Parts: sequence; structure tokens; C-alpha cells
Amino acid sequence: MLIAGVYFLLPLYAAFRFAGLSGFGDVFTTPGFGSSLWLSLRLAAVTWAISMVLMVPTTVYVHLRMPRMRRLLESVTILPIVIPPVVLIIGVLQVAPLALRASAWLLALEYVILALPFSYRALDAGLRSMDVKTLSEAAGSLGAGWLVTLWRVILPNMRTAVLSATILIVALVLGEFTMASLDLQQTFPAWIVLFDQENAQISVAASIFALFVTWIFLMLITVIATRQSRRTGGAEVTLFSVAPRQTIGN
Amino acid sequence: MTARANEKANKKANDTGTAAATYPPRAAASGPREGMPVSLRNITRAFGATKALDGMSLDIAPGELVALLGPSGCGKTTALRIVAGFEFADAGEVLVGGRDVSGVPASRRDMGMVFQSYSLFPNMNALDNVAFGLRMRRTAGAQRRRKAAELLDMVGLSTQAAQFPHQLSGGQQQRVALARALAIEPRVLLLDEPLSALDAKVRLQLREQIRTLQQRLGTTTIFVTHDQEEALSMADRVGVMRSGKLEQVAEPSELYSRPATAFVAEFVGTMNRLPGELAGPGTVAVLGTSVAVVEGGPTSGPVDVLVRPEGLTVAPAEGGNGIVTHRTFLGGTTRVAVLLSGDTEVRVDVTSAAAAPMTPGTAVQVGLPAAPVLVASREP
Repeated sequence: MLIAGVYFLLPLYAAFRFAGLSGFGDVFTTPGFGSSLWLSLRLAAVTWAISMVLMVPTTVYVHLRMPRMRRLLESVTILPIVIPPVVLIIGVLQVAPLALRASAWLLALEYVILALPFSYRALDAGLRSMDVKTLSEAAGSLGAGWLVTLWRVILPNMRTAVLSATILIVALVLGEFTMASLDLQQTFPAWIVLFDQENAQISVAASIFALFVTWIFLMLITVIATRQSRRTGGAEVTLFSVAPRQTIGN
Repeated sequence: MTARANEKANKKANDTGTAAATYPPRAAASGPREGMPVSLRNITRAFGATKALDGMSLDIAPGELVALLGPSGCGKTTALRIVAGFEFADAGEVLVGGRDVSGVPASRRDMGMVFQSYSLFPNMNALDNVAFGLRMRRTAGAQRRRKAAELLDMVGLSTQAAQFPHQLSGGQQQRVALARALAIEPRVLLLDEPLSALDAKVRLQLREQIRTLQQRLGTTTIFVTHDQEEALSMADRVGVMRSGKLEQVAEPSELYSRPATAFVAEFVGTMNRLPGELAGPGTVAVLGTSVAVVEGGPTSGPVDVLVRPEGLTVAPAEGGNGIVTHRTFLGGTTRVAVLLSGDTEVRVDVTSAAAAPMTPGTAVQVGLPAAPVLVASREP
């Protein structure tokens, strides 16, 4: 624990010393800071939206109708981790239509793939913590169609899992460099690296700032999610798993 | 309509959100509804090579509670799920109120269902859970809440209305689930082992509560269970199932005293098997006497005589035909286990007073009164 703490905090401290307090003041007025951060935030939002629209119905469907496919899906979704991002992006740039290649939103599509291992696992864990089959059958017998069942019964109980997936997607998009730089998009991390060559001090200050922004953002999501899930007997929100709901015995 | 066509029709109805026919009639749900007759006609359902249901037929009268009883894998749950619309029959039809519902999706069948596992929606409190079905029927808010509160009150949980499922005990959760199923004033109430996850005491209370409510509302009910005590104590009639077929459907008392087959005889209640020998037409020699045989059993080959513990007599006797091995005190009666010559063990119920002298090791004489007995082919 101590070693891990030193290992983690020492570089932070060094970076802080190097940047100095004045560096932080200058960060905000440096050209490119605002636009690149804004681009990264928009990318995070779009990536999140596409991931949810794609993955929530898919995981629910697989749980309900094709439980045997879960294994397969699990291994397919891990592929983006196995394949290096450099390989992925070069492949994508080869085949993507020109119009898309010129736009920043291509990056969002790539991030959806890159985030698959995280988004799938978070959602899958959320679904495993409830009895999807019985809940949807109960809703069905009470007169709910599948869309109503998904919206009113399954999704509200996946809130924790969705938030957990959100955390991971946001963290991923706000920190990804390889793809962004090869795609020639000046996202926040790409900007930091680029600017490093101009003014190392400000660049380091910007990275520390980015770290804190991400950290505060994630903390907020975690706290809100945990508070909401507690109300209905859910578990604390953690990054990779959602513990099953607590129930009292007979 | 063939089964495959049924399935297709169902899928279609599910996809488009409209049922093939306008079923059930969307009348304003107010006041208790008359019970509906339910008929299963020749239902067959196979999962791969195994036949879960093999030509099952059953007629249920309006307002009747029929229990489907059988060992696990006998097809009782499949039958219930086919009635509910969660599963489709390969052949045969389900009639509710005289109309075939095979093409109607579950969400339009108007059937209340209580599941074995806890099925309350975790994101809603007890009241909202009960009101869910009414909400799906677009009942106005105030009326919906009043009705849901009324039902919660009926299951004795009005003070728990604002609690979430995780704050309720298992028994309370199943009571809310029952209220939720009844709130829509279902045409048929389906209970899929609703008590098996609960502990013994809660189970007993809930058993009575379900039965009382069901009788009061007059809702036709199918109750699936593997617990014979539950089936016998709650149902108007019990259907004993085995390998996808109904072996016998009868009132509990008849099922116990006049089982139609050896399987029913042994599945319901305790049954002794005594090796006997067929002696002439309609008689069997057993325990040194000759008794009449109930019709319908095997007429040749080695047989066992089936007798209930209360159908035998036992008394201490020097040089008798058995030795007491142990006794189980059951209150008014005591069950005495006796080892007969030939390594057959039988259990005999006698009054506890009569059992007092029969300590383990006592020599006793076991006898059979002269009443017709059931015989079955001897098991290897």
C-alpha cells in the first residue's frame, strides 16, 4: 500500500513542483486549451451515447434470449484490449469513407470500440445482479410490452451499471492519445503532448489539471450513483462490478 | 392453428405491440370478475429429445384452484408457462373462457402470475409494484393508487406501502407479488411454487392466506408445487404429473384414499410396499392372509401390495412376524417402523398409547385388515 502510494504520488509531487503555481494560472489562457478540452468533452458525450444505445439493448437481449452467447460476446468485446490501438486506427483510416475521416466524430466511433471491454463488462455485471428473466416475465404478465419493460423495469435497475460504464468511458476518452494523434485530431491529451514541446511547464500544469478534472468528475458520478442505488437496496458503485442487491432473509 | 404459426403470430403481436385479436375485452375493470373456465387440450411440448409435456389435457372449472403436483422435471412448470404465454406448445390448445388463447401474447392474456423467485421490481416501492399492472391498463392515477392500497391492505401490508422490496422479508415480498398479480383482476391466477423459497412457518401462514383470498375473489387458479402437503391442503383438485402426463386428477381425499396408479399412491403420502402373490382372480396373498385387489393393477408376475401406514395393524406378540426398529412420535399417533421377515420394512401408525409398549426390539405381529388393496409390479 505504502509502496503503491509512493509510486503513484511521487511523480505527481514532482510534476507539481516542476509546474509551479504560476503555471496553473497560465494554463487557462493558453491558446488551444479551451478548444481541445471542449472537443474531448464532446467526444466523451457522443461516445457515451453511442455506446449506450448500442450496448444496453444488446446485453439485455443476450441475457434474455441467448444466455449461451455471453461467453462469446465477452471474448469479442475484449479484442480492443488485445489489438494495439495503433493497429486499429491504421486499419480504420484505410477503410473509413473520406467524409468521416475528415471529421472528429470518426474518433467517437473508434472510442466506442475501444470502450467495448469496459462498457460491456459494466452492463453485464449490472444485469447479472438482477433476475432479468423473471422481472421481464413479471412485467409481461402485468401487461407491459418489451419496450415498456426495458424502459420502466430493466433500465431503472441498471442505473448503477450504466453509471459505472459512464465513468469508464469518460475516463478513457479524456485520456486517450494514440488514436487521437494518429487521426490528427487535437483532443485534450493530444494538445498537452503537442504543447509540451513549446512550454513544458504549462503542459505539465495542464496534465495535472486534467487529472483533477477527471478525478472530480468521476468522484461526483460515483457519489451520486451510490446514493441513488442505496435507496433501492443496490450496492456501492465500483468500477468493474456491481454487487448484488442485499436482501433480508425470510 | 399449428404451433409454429402460433409462435409466429405471437412474435408478430409482440413486435407490433398489437394483439392479433382484440383479446381480452377491454372492459372497465371494476368489481370482482367472474372466474373463467380454463381448458388444456392435448398439449405437447418437447425440448430437444425430451418431452416436457406429452398430450396433457385438463379442464378447470370457474373459480376452482387446481394444484399441479409432481417431481421436478415432470412438466408441471412448463404447463403453467404455456398457460401464461411464456412458452409455446408444439401441439394442442389452451382455452380460457372457451376461447383459444394460443396466439395471444403473455402481456395480453390478463393472467396474474406469482413466481418462485422474488420478482418484485426493485426500483419501485410496494405500492408502485402493485399499481404497475393498473398503470399498464392506463387506470387513472388516483384510482390506481386507491386500488393498489386496497390490495396491499388485503394481504395485510398497508403499513409497508412505501417500502422497497429489499426492505421487505421474503414472505412479505411474495404477499406483495400476490397483491400485484390480483390487482389486474386477472382472468386466471397462476402460482409457480410461490412458497418454496420461504421458511416453514411463513409458508403455512401464506398458504392459508392465498387460499382464503382466492376463494373470496373466485379467481380460477393453477398452482404448481412439488410439495404434496401444500397441494393437498390448498387445492380443490390436485393433478399428479409424471413425465409430461397427468396420472390422476382428483380431490385431495380421493387422491389419498383411491390413488389411480402406483406412482400416485407412492408420491402422495407415505406408502408401504409388501411383497405379495397373486392368488386367483382379484385376490392377493400377503402377510399370511388373502385380500381383494383394487382393479386396474397388474394381473400376473411378481407384485407388491401398497398399504398406507394407517392401513396396517400392529400389536406386541411373542413370535410375531416382525421386530420394531424405531418409533416416531407424531403427537396423537406414533409411527412404528417394523422389520418383517424377508427384510421388508413397513411403517405403521398406531395411537401413541398403543405404541407405548412397542420399544425398539419388541417382537410384534403386523396384520392387514380385509379391505381391497392396491397392487403394483414389484420393483427390482
